[in-house]
Amino acid sequence: MKYIDEFRDGALARNIAANIAIEVKATRRYSFMEFCGGHTHALARYGVADLLPPNLRMIHGPGCPVCVLPIGRVDMGLRLALDAGVILCTYGDVMRVPASDGLSLMRAKARGADIRMVYSPLDALKLAVDNPRREVVFLAIGFETTTPPTALAIKQAAREGLKNFSVLCCHVLTPAAITHILESPEVLQYGTVEIDGFVGPAHVSIVIGSGPYEGFAKTHRKPVVIAGFEPLDVMQAILMLVRQVNDGRAEIENEFTRAVSREGNARAQAVTADVLEVRDTFEWRGLGEVPMSALQIRPEYALFDAEQRFDLNYRAVPDHKQCECGAILRGVKKPIDCKLFGTICTPDNPMGSCMVSSEGACAAHYSYGRFRDIPVVAA
Amino acid sequence: MNTPKRHYTRPLDLRHGCIDMNHGAGGRLSAQLIEEVFARAFDNEFLRQGNDGALLPVPVGQQLVMATDGHVISPLFFPGGDIGCLAVNGTLNDVAMLGATPLYLSACFILEEGLPLAELKRIVQSMAKAALDAGVPIVTGDTKVVERGKGDGVFITTTGIGIVPEGRMIGGAQARPGDAVLLSGTIGEHGAAVLSQRASLEFETTIKSDTAALHTLVAAMLAVAAAGEIRVLRDPTRGGLATTLNEIAGQSNVGMMLQESAIPILPQVDAACELLGLDPMYIANEGKLVAIVAPEAASAVLAAMHAHSLGHAAACIGSVTEDANRFIQMDTRVGGRRVVDWLSGEPLPRIC
Repeated sequence: MKYIDEFRDGALARNIAANIAIEVKATRRYSFMEFCGGHTHALARYGVADLLPPNLRMIHGPGCPVCVLPIGRVDMGLRLALDAGVILCTYGDVMRVPASDGLSLMRAKARGADIRMVYSPLDALKLAVDNPRREVVFLAIGFETTTPPTALAIKQAAREGLKNFSVLCCHVLTPAAITHILESPEVLQYGTVEIDGFVGPAHVSIVIGSGPYEGFAKTHRKPVVIAGFEPLDVMQAILMLVRQVNDGRAEIENEFTRAVSREGNARAQAVTADVLEVRDTFEWRGLGEVPMSALQIRPEYALFDAEQRFDLNYRAVPDHKQCECGAILRGVKKPIDCKLFGTICTPDNPMGSCMVSSEGACAAHYSYGRFRDIPVVAA
Repeated sequence: MNTPKRHYTRPLDLRHGCIDMNHGAGGRLSAQLIEEVFARAFDNEFLRQGNDGALLPVPVGQQLVMATDGHVISPLFFPGGDIGCLAVNGTLNDVAMLGATPLYLSACFILEEGLPLAELKRIVQSMAKAALDAGVPIVTGDTKVVERGKGDGVFITTTGIGIVPEGRMIGGAQARPGDAVLLSGTIGEHGAAVLSQRASLEFETTIKSDTAALHTLVAAMLAVAAAGEIRVLRDPTRGGLATTLNEIAGQSNVGMMLQESAIPILPQVDAACELLGLDPMYIANEGKLVAIVAPEAASAVLAAMHAHSLGHAAACIGSVTEDANRFIQMDTRVGGRRVVDWLSGEPLPRIC
């Protein structure tokens, strides 16, 4: 595959790995957080950990949209599908997120709720056109990458005067989450989570540009290297972070220059700003309430806001008592530290959200890396 | 004076007609459907016996192999095939994966009210061709009709019977550490071809389903191996290569070590999977097989596969290891290592 295989090349990977090994100082530890689930997946899927020195640790951040979706938000979708009888559309991974009462969208579907998996909000829009007598709701999740398509779908629905389409908007913002982690007591006060730098988002940065991260370098003195989602992208970014740390620099660097500019995609930003505005506060699974960290639909488009249309109220629901997803998403714990991991929480039966998507820290470790926890024993 | 009518029946309207509940009621219309659609296409001496079952000769000195497979694919027609040829090849392959020669097939049709007869005819003709090509007759069958909305056009269940010489023991529990893992060709074509046709996913591609009957390839492989050297044969259908290897590892209580760079895949399948966010290791195949072979026989068996039209892209993709955890591990292209796990409840559409 052209333009992709080049970024999965074994010889180049060994070359970067050798450079990282040369440049890390044996006298110190390096801890970097890869924010995005896409990076977490690439690291796990290609076994990149095997190519990194033992004193360099990657912490899996909260950048997996499915993982940070709180139970209460899925419950809102469930109520719409089960009680209000709407056609609820959403992205595939959301189907399996555990919700209240042992339910998930997938299980609600088996009970007769009309829930459809779509690849794009435009598919949901088409369903609304094709089913004029049914209410169609798109459960919209994701970071800045998936936000512009949602905004576009709302604009198109408004233009076409659709009366039966609305969006349950659960879009969240990356910079707010990074700030939240940097200002968390574990990082600031107790120092229980060492973060020497960030592998910055790939697709999110295509939309928002590299500008929004500049504050982290200035205020928090943390280097950020924006990187693509291929294994060589991530490895090159790690090498760049090692160099910054060694030099005592804290800069925004861009490894993903083939797609990311400082300004980002102005048209996508404009469409988003036209339709959506920042919420005062939003609950993230694992991080709790984070101020100014999510988007809601502007009053001008209130007709298309499912929360208003169906008079929905958000009710927070705590995670399973022993579920460590929160601590894992903040980098305080590793999947293996959770009592539920691999015992009652598995990809086939996820208890916590980190086990749902293959971009989640727990699912990635379970599916690709668990052999590292268990010594190979003869049969 | 009235002239006697030839059959006193009006032929089925195979161009514009549809299946209705009467076709499944067991009366004259049912008989007519069987006669004009099924019996005519599948015609053979056993079916011609006209009984509810077929009376079949049993070869002496052989063991019987029997396999059954339900087919519920949507859409019914896809690039490279349709539910008809899939239903024949799928079951023939299940029989062949025990090292057997398939001899007979049965077919059961669950038809949905409203299914156009023209579509049914196309499917039945495709089945007849696949059975003829494979040299395996469809000797008995059954047809039922369900109300509109209670089926998906047509569901087909086929059962196959084959023979295998006494003493030949090929099965999932036979893999041993040190054995070679052979794969007969490129992965993921069937699943990718079907996905390309799904409503809401439609994308333009040249990918065709690889549906094929593998028993002649199996015969060619058996011909060059000594007794017991071919330990396991399995076709990686639903769940893809990854799931099949995990099944075998579980049955044999072994692990495997694979090389990602050795696994053959067409660039267009690779690209389609990339686009849809799918891992080709989990995408269904309908004309490929995995063979676990004694190390001393691996090169001869691989050469026999290369010489067969269905195995020209065959490759050795790894080896069996001693591992009570039964992990399928893989050296990735970039030089790291990962587990190749079971397929885990992906929300994928039905593909076989």
